Amino acid sequence: MNIIVCVKQIIDPEIPAAIFKIDPNAKRAIPPDRRAFIISDYDEVAVEAAIRIKEAKGGKVTVLSLGSQSVIETIKHCLAMGADEGILLTDPLFEEEDRSLTAYALAMAIKKVGEFDLIFCGRQEGDWDAGQVSLGIAEILGIPSVNPVKKVEVKNGTILVKRIVDDGYEVIEIPCPALVTVSNELGKPRYPDMKGIMMAARKKISIWTSQDIDAEPSKLGPSAAKVKMLKLYIPVNEARCEFVEGETPEEAGANLALRLRKAKLI
Amino acid sequence: MSEYQRVLIYGEILEGKLASITKELLGIGRKLADELGQMLYAVIIGSGIPAELAQECVYFGADKVYVIDDPLFKDYLTDSYTAAMEKLTRDLKPDIVLFGQTSMGRDLAPRLAYRLNTGVTLDCIELVIDSETKLMYQTKPVYGGKAYAIYVCQTKPQIVSIRPKTMSPIERDTSRKGEVITFALNINATAIGGKVVERIKEEITRIKLEDADVVVCGGRGVGEDGFQLLEELALSLNGVVGATRPPCDNGWVQAQYQIGLTGKVVAPRLYIGVALSGASQHLSGMMGSKNIVAINTDPEASIFRAAHYGVVGNYRKVISAFIEKCKEEVTS
Ligand SMILES: Cc1cc2nc3c(=O)[nH]c(=O)nc-3n(C[C@H](O)[C@H](O)[C@H](O)COP(=O)(O)OP(=O)(O)OC[C@H]3O[C@@H](n4cnc5c(N)ncnc54)[C@H](O)[C@@H]3O)c2cc1C
Ligand SMILES: Nc1ncnc2c1ncn2[C@@H]1O[C@H](COP(=O)(O)O)[C@@H](O)[C@H]1O
Repeated sequence: MNIIVCVKQIIDPEIPAAIFKIDPNAKRAIPPDRRAFIISDYDEVAVEAAIRIKEAKGGKVTVLSLGSQSVIETIKHCLAMGADEGILLTDPLFEEEDRSLTAYALAMAIKKVGEFDLIFCGRQEGDWDAGQVSLGIAEILGIPSVNPVKKVEVKNGTILVKRIVDDGYEVIEIPCPALVTVSNELGKPRYPDMKGIMMAARKKISIWTSQDIDAEPSKLGPSAAKVKMLKLYIPVNEARCEFVEGETPEEAGANLALRLRKAKLI
Repeated sequence: MSEYQRVLIYGEILEGKLASITKELLGIGRKLADELGQMLYAVIIGSGIPAELAQECVYFGADKVYVIDDPLFKDYLTDSYTAAMEKLTRDLKPDIVLFGQTSMGRDLAPRLAYRLNTGVTLDCIELVIDSETKLMYQTKPVYGGKAYAIYVCQTKPQIVSIRPKTMSPIERDTSRKGEVITFALNINATAIGGKVVERIKEEITRIKLEDADVVVCGGRGVGEDGFQLLEELALSLNGVVGATRPPCDNGWVQAQYQIGLTGKVVAPRLYIGVALSGASQHLSGMMGSKNIVAINTDPEASIFRAAHYGVVGNYRKVISAFIEKCKEEVTS
């Protein structure tokens, strides 16, 4: 099995709202510090899914990420988890807010990689929550996709997945090659151990620009964007909390019942 | 004038009825269509679609309803449904296509958009027509809801999905007139990648989480053994228990009961958040609740910034006393 996993480096999505800042002119979030850059959490689960299949069936896991030089750290993390090779896509032309351009660049890079049976993505990125790059890649490559899944199995050359739906799940069988997006229900990703980290240092990371992937310049950059962001802002929240008190937590609990009864809520 | 001249909504069926998201889509779709002076179209895809549903779409605002009914569409599959929507949208040339941010919509909307070579924005909470350009401004929460972005799509059709419970349906009106059209497709079944082997339903509560009048939501701080107490509280208020992501990830609660950005969206009359911090990704799924109560040991927890009523304290003590008091009140 040749597996490609698309991973994105993002600003930690769990930064509390109280310290979250944006630059409204640049229409971007301001990272509080360098450590705030991490692998998007569903993508880490996607790497885990790929490594599990490799362990069961053999094969190779290639990690692909589009972003700036700092993304090398994220790729190294995936290599330390057990991926075999990394590719960084970096080019000023890639820096656009329209996700269709990201999907195009990633799809072209996958074409250049050539042979693959399975592509894993996260169900959505943890920063802008776009939820479309993966499906865009599948569409550009003309392969089937299932989104989002909590289990993946490979059986006699076909792929068996459990797709999460609102009231349960569906078992779906798809032929290779295919693209699958992974959700956190798959399970916790492993921590890289010492051996993994040392092995990672010897693994190959390629760096490709738009020319390396034979991308058409007209399909990249601001002029190719279909969707434009007009504004980014932090919403104001007007709720004011009335704290219900008491000498003890028990008394506060009883007072809460009285308060909600008075407000006719219970 | 542009050749793209109608608003199309993607209708979903739930247990033989129009899903509530479909009524919400018809509501916002009607508003956008009226503002643009365009017609509102709806499409329903499936197998054995109850005959009255198309008419229901009309009662809720549609001018024309396309019904695509074929055994091929018994199960949702990305390939077959995208092919159907591609055919319909190439024929109709809608200006705007609206989906719900549901398991179907979040999958179908992007594939359709990429196939038609246009843009897409998922999980929008507000849509307005710009008076000058007549383009649709799309507000979408980003960074898990900590910020909002407004997008515009410069290609047609403009495709978006809408977060459930953020748009209001219009009043059902049986005097509304509309046309129902059966749309037949010639889709090559052998070209469809994949098949559904089985469907497993995991939901088990008395009341659907999304429809509950009272929701008691537990967070990581509840602990594995604490959810029993929350069940007790929910039962006494005739409500349902939901959870944040960590209790689901830890297997204390089934994943179907996760509330938030990547879980269910609830907007009950009363929401009680217990031992959860109020992360933006969770708030995304409950901010529409009419009355929000929070119980947390940490007075600085973000949930208190969203709550109407709060208690600072250990939830076990607070809730036990709360339940006792409720019983007392009822008997006296
Ligand atoms: C892309 C993405 C999507 C996500 N989607 C979702 C989603 O859909 N839904 C979701 O919920 N999360 C989601 N998350 C996760 C989210 O960011 C938070 O990690 C999560 O909501 C935190 O859950 P929590 O509040 O239960 O836990 P914590 O943040 O750990 O909070 C626990 C709280 O319990 C309090 N506490 C502890 N003990 C007690 C006690 N005895 N009595 C009272 N209070 C106590 C603590 O003070 C603390 O405030 C998502 C994250 C990402 C990145
Ligand atoms: N810059 C990127 N580099 C690599 N993969 C990406 C990038 N952006 C998105 N993806 C992949 O696409 C998935 C969905 O992202 P999105 O559509 O942006 O929410 C992510 O979970 C990744 O697997």
